[in-house]
Amino acid sequence: MSSYLEATARERVDRLFDPGSFQEFLPPSARVVSPHLGQLNAPVAFDDGVAVGRAQLNGRAVFVAAQEGGFMGGAVGEVHGAKLAGMLRRALLDAPEAVLLLLETGGVRLHEANAGLIAVSEVMRAVLDVRAAGIPVIALVGGANGCFGGMGIVARCTNAVIMSEEGRLAMSGPEVIETASGVEEFDARDRALVWRTTGGKHRYLLGDCQALVADSVDAFRAAALAQMDALAAGPVALTLDALEQEQALLTQRLEQFGHVREPMELWRALGVDEPEALPLLEAADFVERVGAQRLGAC
Amino acid sequence: MEHLHYQFKGGTRTLQRAADVVGVVGSGNLEVLIESAAMDGGCSIDITTAAVGFGAIWEAVMIDFQARWQLADTRIAINDMGATPAVVSLRLDQAVETMLERRP
Repeated sequence: MSSYLEATARERVDRLFDPGSFQEFLPPSARVVSPHLGQLNAPVAFDDGVAVGRAQLNGRAVFVAAQEGGFMGGAVGEVHGAKLAGMLRRALLDAPEAVLLLLETGGVRLHEANAGLIAVSEVMRAVLDVRAAGIPVIALVGGANGCFGGMGIVARCTNAVIMSEEGRLAMSGPEVIETASGVEEFDARDRALVWRTTGGKHRYLLGDCQALVADSVDAFRAAALAQMDALAAGPVALTLDALEQEQALLTQRLEQFGHVREPMELWRALGVDEPEALPLLEAADFVERVGAQRLGAC
Repeated sequence: MEHLHYQFKGGTRTLQRAADVVGVVGSGNLEVLIESAAMDGGCSIDITTAAVGFGAIWEAVMIDFQARWQLADTRIAINDMGATPAVVSLRLDQAVETMLERRP
């Protein structure tokens, strides 16, 4: 079993997709690096921390992006964001069966924040354009850096989010919340609390992710194929109806759980027996146990 | 940041594939971009490193590396974020071994 968490972005691409099928756009040898980091006397990466291209998943044509969490926390700079947006726009022309985003990112790269913010907004628009063209977009979140900031929003703009228990998904990261609101609000050093609040199991229970899998490349591949099959059956474009349903779900969530201080209380309120047992369950056992209680996904 | 350049001649081993990259530009780590390139049998290595002032150690590590592999017609570019000499040597060996693998 090959860990998804431990793998680099390029190892994930090599192991997830059919061997030798990945064709990269702007590979490292093209040396399209950040124009900003050098000016700040900071190290650059030849791929600016993301690999994009086309590949085959069990013989099915897909487009893919894989963010490298090891380079500046997977943060989105100008080139990095342009590669994401460019890959999505190319998908509009080539019409693959799906686009898979292997996200591992702290959000916008603060060294080039304006360019990064614009890039993230372009990525959001491009994701919705790809969906509007009838091509499903699926986000995979299982890296050590989680998926935060603007890219957390991008993940939730997709048709489906697949997470491992180790994966994390949120807007502001733990340190940001603690810095902004104080340690009484959120203790970023309490790792169990961090995972209870942002980790895959909590996201699954809240309906923010559609599949929870074990930390293995094989499990992520199987879940991605299952999502592709499920999405092939229905419309993948974002509709006003779906947005209103999502808004209703979020409103209900806030009313029902807005006063809750601790995720475990929320799980209990959802009707889960012995919520303290959840963190220790394997992914499959967890899904079997709580699948009926999770909030409806959009 | 410091830029270093090394050039070797007289190598005998050419590589099977066009280009590959190994490693990640993270703390204590580095990425090695290795490419086959017509260079009259030579091997060039360009290094950009965040750790300034270690040129003598880099030179020793690069001479050892070329003594191990005797590369010809190879261009190597490194982005380094303070990797130790042992990590640099391992990454360089990994880069060459990756290029010598035959892939489908």
